Amino acid sequence: MNAVLQYAVQGLAAGSFYALAALGLAVIFGVLGVVNFAHGAFYMLGAVAAAVLLDTLDLSLWWSLLVVPVLMFGFGVAVERLLVQWLLRLDPLYNFLLTFGLTLVLVELVKQRYGVSGLPYELPGPLQGRFDLAGVVLPRYQLFVLLFSLAICVLVWLVMTRSRVGMIVRASTEKPDLARALGINVGRWVTPVFGFGVALAGLAGVLAAPFRAITAEMGNNFAIILFAVVVIGGLGSIVGAVVAGFLVGLVEAFGQAYAPTFAQIFIFVLMALIILVRPAGLFGRKEATA
Amino acid sequence: MTSRRMRTGASAMTAVLLLGACGGGGPGGSGGDFSGDKLVLAVLNDQSGVYKDASGPNSVKAVKMAVADFQKKYGDQAVVDKIDVTSTDHQNKPDIANTKASELYERQGADVILDVPTSSAALAVANQAKNHKKLFLDVSAATTALTGAQCNKYTFQWAYNTYMLANGTGTTVTENGGKNWTIIYPDYEFGQNMTKSFSDAITRAGGTVQSTIPTPFPNENFATFLTKAGSTNPDVIGTMQAGGDLINLVKQFNESGLKEKGVELAVGLMLITDIHSLGVDQFAGTMFTDAWYWNMDAEARAWADRFKAETGTRPTFEHAGNYSAALQYLEAVQAAGTDDADAVVGKLEGKKVNDAFLRNGEIRAKDHSVVHDAYLARVKKPAEVKEEWDYEEIVTTIPAAKAFPPAEASGCSM
Repeated sequence: MNAVLQYAVQGLAAGSFYALAALGLAVIFGVLGVVNFAHGAFYMLGAVAAAVLLDTLDLSLWWSLLVVPVLMFGFGVAVERLLVQWLLRLDPLYNFLLTFGLTLVLVELVKQRYGVSGLPYELPGPLQGRFDLAGVVLPRYQLFVLLFSLAICVLVWLVMTRSRVGMIVRASTEKPDLARALGINVGRWVTPVFGFGVALAGLAGVLAAPFRAITAEMGNNFAIILFAVVVIGGLGSIVGAVVAGFLVGLVEAFGQAYAPTFAQIFIFVLMALIILVRPAGLFGRKEATA
Repeated sequence: MTSRRMRTGASAMTAVLLLGACGGGGPGGSGGDFSGDKLVLAVLNDQSGVYKDASGPNSVKAVKMAVADFQKKYGDQAVVDKIDVTSTDHQNKPDIANTKASELYERQGADVILDVPTSSAALAVANQAKNHKKLFLDVSAATTALTGAQCNKYTFQWAYNTYMLANGTGTTVTENGGKNWTIIYPDYEFGQNMTKSFSDAITRAGGTVQSTIPTPFPNENFATFLTKAGSTNPDVIGTMQAGGDLINLVKQFNESGLKEKGVELAVGLMLITDIHSLGVDQFAGTMFTDAWYWNMDAEARAWADRFKAETGTRPTFEHAGNYSAALQYLEAVQAAGTDDADAVVGKLEGKKVNDAFLRNGEIRAKDHSVVHDAYLARVKKPAEVKEEWDYEEIVTTIPAAKAFPPAEASGCSM
């Protein structure tokens, strides 16, 4: 029983990374209609930035959690203004290819600058060690990651559903023509939303830094699972991305525990099953086909 | 069937024609018998992926250092004037390695292929070497199959193998009291071969392997695998992960609390670049077997200083191994007076060698395993580190005869 609980907690902690990053992916897809393949690379940049800030400026994890998302927001804005916006009016495939190419460029640049063996990262003292709750051993950091990402997800959800900005963004996502007719400048929100999505990926990267190998290629595999997460949750659905993120974390953990060889396959089997039963994903709305 | 045979025939003819074209003016050069009037050393390895730092472009530089040393030593007396060093990226994929090896031998006139990390890729190259009757000196791939079941006349294993790693670490840790092992391994050729070698060594030393846990490769999240391994209450968790996966696993092992419970972590294959990237504090005290360490003696250090001047960094044993393999190959060509593979193999077989990399080395004729002294190393504590890359303390030297399996046990018949 203890083992099952332990796996569940580990699955949720791993799911936190997926949830945060998938949230960014979902928001970008919702507002821009862009399938951002570079999301894994943005996640990697977040982790690399945290490691570099620690190494050069001695900025601890706490500061990185604040500074890196801001930097990544700026980077996202630059990418949207310089590259993505020019292809928005074309078939979505063009931006998919653009972000794929961007991934290759970013990964190679990081390799050139920082090599492939990875960068060291040290956890701040208070987050080291672990709790022992009736036999379930819980590293403090895993718990922190879990709570922190949950808080961010709830915050984003509140902003989206309760605030005026959120309403405008949702209206721009769901009924752009109607929103325009009501006098809302939809285009104005495109750039900040892209930056925000990138910042979330960067934030997931910072959280991953103490926990995972910080290498140029750390985002590659991550991005693939991320797409499964978004498809399971329903493209563009915020709640769906978060729920599916944690769900995939759990599937991965229990897969690893009971059938290690098939751990990753289970995620895609789950995806295939969900597409069969609910083509729009768990929380996706049916798209009008007309 | 007929058309297939015809196609095979046609491509073989094309290859012959191409080779002929490359051969150009026939034997020439400075008196010796050389295809294409020159010697071509091809480094086939990972130029951009996870093993780039461990070997990669700096191994090409190491091979060039060997060429320079050879030319300096023999000057006008060298049997060949022109020596080319080329490099190709195989991205750690067996299918790409297979195609590239064939291309190197056939079209680029490579006389020898060096390095080739990733065991599955190296096995593909060994097969090409056999088919083309050209040399392959493996440095970075560790599977014992290269000098065992799948050995051939043209393939040599220069630096290490899974037996050496397992025997050094597995035996020592078991004898020091770590009797119950659980092994976590990446589920591909290298990981499976390592797990077998470790299990054999542990059992021989009187320990038991209670469970083995396969993981995907590559993989980022090891938390659950570690919990599962911990639930078997082992004395030691042996990890066969390498590169980035190893770093992922060690980070998560240090987080998991298993260390405080008294579970020891033994690492199957570790390179100094891994320690450098994760930081010495995370690995401090970890025991592992090394084929060579840059600061292990004056000769190694002198070579490492030259390497640093060349590359700006310290060498891994794979870099040094590539230097040694290239240098000994050139020496054998010099002795044979030709690049004819059979003649060169004849000069290499049975030769006793000492150089910057090999101590008490012998190029064994029976299975083409290059046996030499190996080292049981311990990662230093941060306070013991005196200079950059000063990470290892050599605990014991394992003599060549004990470090590698006896030739009779290799299962190799050429």
